[in-house]
Amino acid sequence: MKTLFYVLQKEFIQVKRNKVMLRMIIMIPIMQMLVLVFAATYDLKNVNVFLVDQDLSSTSRKLASKIDASPFFTINNTSFNPEDGENEILNNRDDMVLVIPKGFERNLMREDKASLQLLVNAIDGQSAQIGYSYAASVIGGFNKNIIADWKGLPEFKPPYQINTVSRFWYNSELEYKWYMAPGVLALLVTLIGLNLSSTSLVKEKEDGTIEQLNVTPIRKIQFLAGKLIPFIVIALFDLSFGLFLARMVFNLPIVGNLGLVFGFGVLYLIGILGLGLFISTVADTQQQVMFVTFFFMMIFILMSGIFTPVESMPQWAQTIDQINPVYHFMRVLRMVVLKGSHFGDLIHEFVALCILGVTFLTLALKRYRKTA
Amino acid sequence: MISIQHISKSYKDVQAVRDISFEVQKGELFGLIGPDGAGKTTLMRILMTLLIQDEGKATMNGFDVIKDYKKIRNIVGYMPGRFSLYQDLTVEENLNFFATVFKTTVSENYDLIRDIYIQIEPFKNRLAGKLSGGMKQKLALSCALIHKPEILVLDEPTTGVDAVSRKEFWEMLKKLQEKGITILVSTPYMDEATLCNRVALMQKGKVLNIDTPRKLVENYSRKLYAIKSKEMHRLILDLRSYDKTDTAYAFGEYLHVTGKNDEVEASEFENFLLKKNHTKLQVFDNEPGIEDVFMDLMQE
Repeated sequence: MKTLFYVLQKEFIQVKRNKVMLRMIIMIPIMQMLVLVFAATYDLKNVNVFLVDQDLSSTSRKLASKIDASPFFTINNTSFNPEDGENEILNNRDDMVLVIPKGFERNLMREDKASLQLLVNAIDGQSAQIGYSYAASVIGGFNKNIIADWKGLPEFKPPYQINTVSRFWYNSELEYKWYMAPGVLALLVTLIGLNLSSTSLVKEKEDGTIEQLNVTPIRKIQFLAGKLIPFIVIALFDLSFGLFLARMVFNLPIVGNLGLVFGFGVLYLIGILGLGLFISTVADTQQQVMFVTFFFMMIFILMSGIFTPVESMPQWAQTIDQINPVYHFMRVLRMVVLKGSHFGDLIHEFVALCILGVTFLTLALKRYRKTA
Repeated sequence: MISIQHISKSYKDVQAVRDISFEVQKGELFGLIGPDGAGKTTLMRILMTLLIQDEGKATMNGFDVIKDYKKIRNIVGYMPGRFSLYQDLTVEENLNFFATVFKTTVSENYDLIRDIYIQIEPFKNRLAGKLSGGMKQKLALSCALIHKPEILVLDEPTTGVDAVSRKEFWEMLKKLQEKGITILVSTPYMDEATLCNRVALMQKGKVLNIDTPRKLVENYSRKLYAIKSKEMHRLILDLRSYDKTDTAYAFGEYLHVTGKNDEVEASEFENFLLKKNHTKLQVFDNEPGIEDVFMDLMQE
């Protein structure tokens, strides 16, 4: 026990003396929570529309002003030539071109139907789709009343209509920041834990200190515990700091039990740090370690469901995700923080994280030998 | 105290140590002398239980390096060739840390390290990485001694250290030897060989000869000449082209030269070199040193 205490003391002193590391431990949560959560939003607020109104009738103007009045769209430019609009999209100045052809109003009156053209910049598929459906719903609403309006009749009401009333549970305002914050927290803990643990063991290799340590009677388990515990403490500090920031800055409702959050945090970190230690037992230099951790982080994070729902991934990808610890931990955070899930709801994640933790830790223990 | 029997070790396609056997007696100061790549470090790492040999058997104080590696780690102090303490810990923190992992305290074995530690004590709050070369070496030695080892293994402790510190360091080793510690030390410097009780001359993974430095020199039976002239570079080329020359090496300001057989006289070299228009020529008999012995052994 006394040895472990001194090993821990040594690790903490080393962290304390490493000014860059110390700054990162404080700066990463602040930057990620305050920048990433705000920036990584899907809320579509500002779609620039290029209007080509070749009809110039009262109906076409009414439609245009209806579009402009929507909070999502801004009519940026107008022209009579659709090609101008296409150029604007090419130059990335506008996101959408609305073409109202000549004779739009006349066709609508005489033949009771008319066509519009909507050109959408789909470089970013997701925002194109959302922009398109917003525009379609604005035009649809306009469409519903136009004929009645024009003919001076009372508002058209079909005899039967299914009326959908929807409510969004757990995040009724669809506040995107509340959805992102737990995800970013999971990223934060992963980044800190994996980097600290994977570089610290390999640093001892690079400095040769491991050679001096290997000839001492220190036990493998003491040495590895000395590497695990300080980084768990640091990562948990960052988790609470991040949660605190989220609570203060975007009023994140923390519905569930905080004990559950931290309990899972410890379990998750044991696995992540075990992976980090395993990587650094295999590698010889910090450069190699950074490469390998980066590789794992990219895959883990992109597949974790932070940006894209895991449910919409192909089935094989969802199966692979079962061995992705970030995926499980992110689910736990979102479920507990936003939904108030209990331990009983998280059995699957608990078992998965236990298996992953034991596997990574065993690999690290097996691979780290005191003799070459 | 240390027993090495037919030890061999290869890395992929390089055979680092080939069938080495020797014994080190209790309380002996034993030197492994040889150029870089002779296999000194590999042999030491095997003894320190950091490497596993391919063949052979080695024991430290009767403990087998493979079976009883845990016991060996408690009784042996090791100072690797590279400074291997925590550069971001202070002198005192390093010492305390290593004392604790050996389950002891600094005060318990202070007697042993006092002479050495006293010299670095004024800097005990300085980070180890900020110490000078000589001080780092003293700290490393203190840390290797902190658990009162019976055997001390030092891998090239004086490489890259200034002449004064080297001399001091060997004096410290002598004192430790007087306290009954068996010391195995490696060095590429031939002049340090004379400071050991016995030395093993190593080259390319093999031991060429083992004896006391004095016997090694005494057994050197060849006639040796020291030669000097104004143009040293041309001198060595000319001598090597001379058919009566066996070897010619530069040692300091002189060349040490041997003839094909011991009948070759100093005057023969002199006449040959005068014909080659060498000026300020000096040729005289020379007493052989350990370097000459080593050079001679390397030839064979």
